Amino acid sequence: MLARLLALVIKEFLAISRDAKSRVVLIGPPLIQLVVFGYAASFELNHVPFAVYDQDQSALSRDLVADFAGSPSFQQVAVLHSPERIQNLINSRTVEMVLDIDPRYTRDLLLGRPAPVQVIVDGRNSNTALLILGYASDIITSASQAWAATHGGAPPPARLVPRALYNPTLDSHWFIIPGIVALLTQVVTLLVVGLSVAREREAGTFDQTLITPLRPIDIVIGKSLPGLIIGILEGTAIILAAHLWFAVPLLGSLALLYTGLFLFIAAVTGIGLMISSLAATQQQALLGAFLFMVPSIILSGFATPIANMPPLVQDLTLLNPMRYALVVIRDCFLENPSLTTLLPPFSAMTAQAIISLATAGWLFHKRAG
Amino acid sequence: MPLRTESPAKALVISNVTRRFRVARRVITALDHVTTQTSAGLVTGLIGPDAAGKTTLMRLIAGLLRPDEGAISVFGTDVGANPLAVQGMISYMPQHFGLYEDLSVRENLDLYADLQGVPAAERPARYAELLHMTGLHPFTSRLAGRLSGGMKQKLGLACTLIRPPRLLLLDEPTVGVDPVSRRELWQIVDHLVRGAGMSVLLSTAYLDEAARCDEVLLLHEGQLIGTGKPEDFTRAMQGRSFLAHAAGSPKRALQTALASTPGVTDSLIQGEAVRLVLEAGMAPAAIQPAGIAGLTLSPTPPRFEDRFVDLLRAKTSARGATPAPLPPAATAAPRAGAAIEVAHLTKRFGAFAAVDDISFTVQHGEIFGLLGANGAGKSTTFRMLCGLLPATSGHLRVDGFDLRATAAAARGRLGYMAQKFSLYGDLSVIQNLRFFASAYGLRGAHRTRRISWALREFELDDYANATSHDLPLGFKQRMALACALMHEPGVLFLDEPTSGVDPLARREFWRRINALADQGVTVLVTTHFMDEAEYCDHLVIMAQGRILASGTSESLKTAARTAALPAPTMEDAFISLIAASSAKPEEQAA
Repeated sequence: MLARLLALVIKEFLAISRDAKSRVVLIGPPLIQLVVFGYAASFELNHVPFAVYDQDQSALSRDLVADFAGSPSFQQVAVLHSPERIQNLINSRTVEMVLDIDPRYTRDLLLGRPAPVQVIVDGRNSNTALLILGYASDIITSASQAWAATHGGAPPPARLVPRALYNPTLDSHWFIIPGIVALLTQVVTLLVVGLSVAREREAGTFDQTLITPLRPIDIVIGKSLPGLIIGILEGTAIILAAHLWFAVPLLGSLALLYTGLFLFIAAVTGIGLMISSLAATQQQALLGAFLFMVPSIILSGFATPIANMPPLVQDLTLLNPMRYALVVIRDCFLENPSLTTLLPPFSAMTAQAIISLATAGWLFHKRAG
Repeated sequence: MPLRTESPAKALVISNVTRRFRVARRVITALDHVTTQTSAGLVTGLIGPDAAGKTTLMRLIAGLLRPDEGAISVFGTDVGANPLAVQGMISYMPQHFGLYEDLSVRENLDLYADLQGVPAAERPARYAELLHMTGLHPFTSRLAGRLSGGMKQKLGLACTLIRPPRLLLLDEPTVGVDPVSRRELWQIVDHLVRGAGMSVLLSTAYLDEAARCDEVLLLHEGQLIGTGKPEDFTRAMQGRSFLAHAAGSPKRALQTALASTPGVTDSLIQGEAVRLVLEAGMAPAAIQPAGIAGLTLSPTPPRFEDRFVDLLRAKTSARGATPAPLPPAATAAPRAGAAIEVAHLTKRFGAFAAVDDISFTVQHGEIFGLLGANGAGKSTTFRMLCGLLPATSGHLRVDGFDLRATAAAARGRLGYMAQKFSLYGDLSVIQNLRFFASAYGLRGAHRTRRISWALREFELDDYANATSHDLPLGFKQRMALACALMHEPGVLFLDEPTSGVDPLARREFWRRINALADQGVTVLVTTHFMDEAEYCDHLVIMAQGRILASGTSESLKTAARTAALPAPTMEDAFISLIAASSAKPEEQAA
């Protein structure tokens, strides 16, 4: 039986390596996505264009403006002399924030009273607006503290001393790039496995293979192994790129990382085979793969925290292998997790792999075996 | 201004047309310096096997492709210079006509009338005429997707004819259509030419349709190898066709002996006799096959196919060596009982019965045919027998096993060759052979031996490392048979094995199949080529999922014999069976 399985696996690799389109699927999308996510995707805002409406026009108010203009987060693009243009500039998206310094700013500061500064933001994208407000309040807070320190004012009653564990500079790439490992491994595995059966069905080779003494279980294994091997290779390539090129620390044990990766790919392979056994054509398989892929990414915590989702949707994420894979991969990159902390995601993915592969085998048998 | 180059009696003038296609790294010459003319007001048959260049020529005439060399003019107007004017004169019905399956018959007609800009005032009369001609009147509100294959083809023709063209181009309108619809399609074509004075260019791979055309263009591998009236083709073969009988020699043994006899151009099994074509000038008495006694030859009228084979043999005589018959394969000793038993087999898809309560038995070493049009239920029956599809009800056994119920190992007893090429196209020939050898559980020296047997026997040595989908059609077919025979199966399933291949390749194929049957291999074959039924020892005719009749080809033809039709063909037999069956197939198809 081993000889037959080996023949199936060899055939699968030959088919992939001799077909130009399959080779492109393996190399093209991962490379593009790695570059896009690695360089373009970031949760930070840099060079937010802002305008200044300085009604105070004093040395102190100019110091505050300089604090903003000098920060990497902001870039000053306009100076206003009347409030009329504020609305206009924000409407046209020329600026995302207007810093409005009250005429009483210097006077109140010198009198030791709270000095009024207004920050007007474009609230159409609530996420960026919150980030901008956060950055602005950081700058103003540190300016106030500096003023208090040099001028002997009363310090604030409680002082916030933030310290971020595992990612001390809160570099969002450290969060996103390990996520790409899971994302791209899923895309490639799903496409390789999902399309291969449909392609064979279209070409008639699937019937030809089913007529041989190979059992459905052999065919499921013969189709899964190449998916697993390719997924692991793809994952390895992206892990290397993340660590060596994007300089994300890799602190956890490789054994745990690869255990998680293996279980994840097994579960995704099972899902790919399920899609494949239901699809009659490659087009249907592709649609099916995307129908699964898009929600699975959104419900994985790749970009938006699962904790923010409504409870029912949070329950739904329990079915999503990528959710667990992200936990394992991110933990292994940024900390050194113990086996016990990873046992829950491991067992969840094991269960998903067993169920999806078994269902795929059953569907094969039912549909065509 | 249209160029007037020819007298108006010519519908088409094709001068020195060449068209090449680049596929992957190969250049395929679809048409090779073709020069010919067709007459106005006649039905011209464009006849040739698949890949002869028929569709390319049609598309060149319709201005959908441009020739690499040469020119085509339609009623004196050059296609290259003025494609729009030409397209105004012609209608083109491609092989897969674009019917909208979710629209009704009437809505399809409306759509094409809109597209062709037929004035609303002219439509009622035109619709009535077309619906009457095609017999689609009772079905105007039925969805096109729910019509039978033959009705779809007739609706396609009606849509093509919404605006009567001067030249009608029909690309294989009759392929896979049941004989009744085929006959009706031909009646429509005849009616158009005789009644409306239209010129028709009709392509077909069925050689027997040549006789229905007024003139014939015979294409093979991009070259025009013959033109003329169909009678001209058969007249050239006058006095060279015979039916051979030999008391005491089985037909297959007789055919094998005759095939290698000097002076014989062509020999094939026809019913209980062997049909012979002799070399020109050869006297019948001079035919002395080795080891056959008591040979009698009786003259028979020549057929179009005889001429085609003769022309092909003349072209290929250089490499004319016939492959050696298969060495005796070490097939498993035949088991007692029938090779294939089918009893009350039914397959339903929802409410639709694709196969409806059929029963038949196939003996060991028999060539058994399932004959019927597309959609008759042949392939569904096949897939159930192979274990690819579960039966809804009924009983079936192949070599004593129900392949759905027994272990996968039982599938090792059967070989299967699908209708369309279904091996791994991206893999080389040798990689395919290796894969299927392993899939059938061959290993070690045995595997090596079978692979080299396949390469040698099917003359694939030179192509061992070629990518499979680049192979010519005939070689793909050989390779598919090689893969199906890799494990020396006792039962061989062939699904439409020879559709579209040229007559020589078909003869070579059947020679191998006959040799296998002689060794005790049971062969089950489906076909919609009525004359292919002649090769079978026993056959059943299927329509609408049911068996209309079963027997030998001789007995089926005899049953159809009437005073008006003293020597019916297989197609005549089929049509009389359809007529005799109580339900009219057209109204049943839903």
